[in-house]
Amino acid sequence: MYRVVEIEEIIKETPTIKTFFFRDETQPSPGQFYMIWLPGVDEFPMSISYIGERKAFSVKLVGEGTRKMHSLSEGDRLWIRGPYGRGFVEKNKKALFVGGGSGMATLAPLIERMRGDVVIAARTKEELLFKRRFKNRRVYIATDDGSEGFRGFAHELVERLLEENEYEIIYTCGPELMMRKLIDIAIERGLDIQASLERLMKCGIGICDSCSINGYRVCVDGPVFEKDILIEMSDLGRYTRDRAGRRVPL
Amino acid sequence: MLSVAINDLRFRNPLLLASGILDESGESMLQVIKHGAGGVVTKSIGMEPREGYENPVIYELSYGLLNAIGLANPGIENYGEEIKIAKRGGVPVIGSVFGKDAEEFAYLARKMEEYGVDAVELNLSCPHARGYGMEIGVDAALVEEIVKEVKRKVNIPVWAKLTPNTHNIVEIAKAASDSDALVLINTVRAMAIDIEAKLPVLSNIFGGLSGPCIKPIGIRAVYEVYREVEKPIVGVGGIIDARDVIEYIMAGASAVEIGTAIYLRGIHVFSEIASEMEDWMKKHGYEKIEELVGIAQVR
Repeated sequence: MYRVVEIEEIIKETPTIKTFFFRDETQPSPGQFYMIWLPGVDEFPMSISYIGERKAFSVKLVGEGTRKMHSLSEGDRLWIRGPYGRGFVEKNKKALFVGGGSGMATLAPLIERMRGDVVIAARTKEELLFKRRFKNRRVYIATDDGSEGFRGFAHELVERLLEENEYEIIYTCGPELMMRKLIDIAIERGLDIQASLERLMKCGIGICDSCSINGYRVCVDGPVFEKDILIEMSDLGRYTRDRAGRRVPL
Repeated sequence: MLSVAINDLRFRNPLLLASGILDESGESMLQVIKHGAGGVVTKSIGMEPREGYENPVIYELSYGLLNAIGLANPGIENYGEEIKIAKRGGVPVIGSVFGKDAEEFAYLARKMEEYGVDAVELNLSCPHARGYGMEIGVDAALVEEIVKEVKRKVNIPVWAKLTPNTHNIVEIAKAASDSDALVLINTVRAMAIDIEAKLPVLSNIFGGLSGPCIKPIGIRAVYEVYREVEKPIVGVGGIIDARDVIEYIMAGASAVEIGTAIYLRGIHVFSEIASEMEDWMKKHGYEKIEELVGIAQVR
């Protein structure tokens, strides 16, 4: 069954990301996701970017469904089910949060609940998400093209930060290749890590096997995985599965 | 205690993973085996890669699930590696296949045999794919032809999975009686409408209903067919706990397949049901589950 919620407010965050605020009585934890159905168009998974009584999805324009979502107005309705999956596990360790692109949407509610420094990364400065959301916090910026902050990839900035700081855990969400690099860094340096993964998802409830990586279902066993499982995921950053379930190089 | 045989195929327990659930990739099947399944049936594999339907493909109900995944699968030519991985689990792997005619079924079954499966299951019953599954499976003559042709082409056991979406399942079961076992039932053709959207929920409109609400239909099918056709039966439909399994076995099933319960209880459901069954058997003085097959039949 779907619940129908009304969009209260829409904020344009970047040229490709909009935040849609709504009210809903469910109590998600950071890292969990919902399925959004736009009747007659598509249904897709979306992580929650604000988790209070007033909730929000921050949606990047990537395909037909999200294009339709971006065309909606305040007062329009969304059909949702969820929350689903396992979110982040909050650990009492010195934390570094690393969000790439729209991955910041998933990390943001966790960052607000915890202490720790933040890396916000994007291809270019216009795509930096939630740059001003976190108060009294050390926020580092990285852009691939150098238009703001560190010039280069997020993991390169992280390696520098690790030289000067004693972080014990990395919480991350972003492009799979970025997370693969961070996992490798965490393994190499003996740091803890949790990553929120994304794969092509159909059912969202753990039965269709579309989003599985090495036998782990992103929708039910994840989307956030801890280090012991991430280490086992040999396909992560290397192979994915297409809509027909074929294993193909990433 | 729970070990069962279907023909010459031995299972450590009668709880098999049903086709279509967590069985597209070999590694997912391994997880299911690790959590106690006695055997696994693969996702239904066809001649070509197939993407399946657009979302929504699933709808959660308080009494079950409605789905129309649309026979998404990587295609038979890409499936050998997944079988190889699943076989590492050390329990029988049954390859499910769907084709449009006897020739396709026979080709697919041959390939599955080459890949090393222990049996093939013919999907004559998917309720939501044009030209496949149930559209073939309600035609007794066609069912007979397909089963005969596959039997001619392979040496491994052939199971026929039949649809409840027919007025006469016994007639179809008789038509499939050249097979080595009958699998009863697949999902029940159904649909749902969202009254706020004023639209059908599934992108394909029609889907298959599974879960607790269809168990009495499955029990009835197994009971009816057991009386009329002398073939081992694998019962499927709405099994959530040990009591459901025992009910199917008493109706005449030698083993069962479980799917929706993974959603309702989690992937641990296989080992949990197995120990629930052992408790029940000890309490009621049974040593072998095989003693219970068909004992509720009223003659």
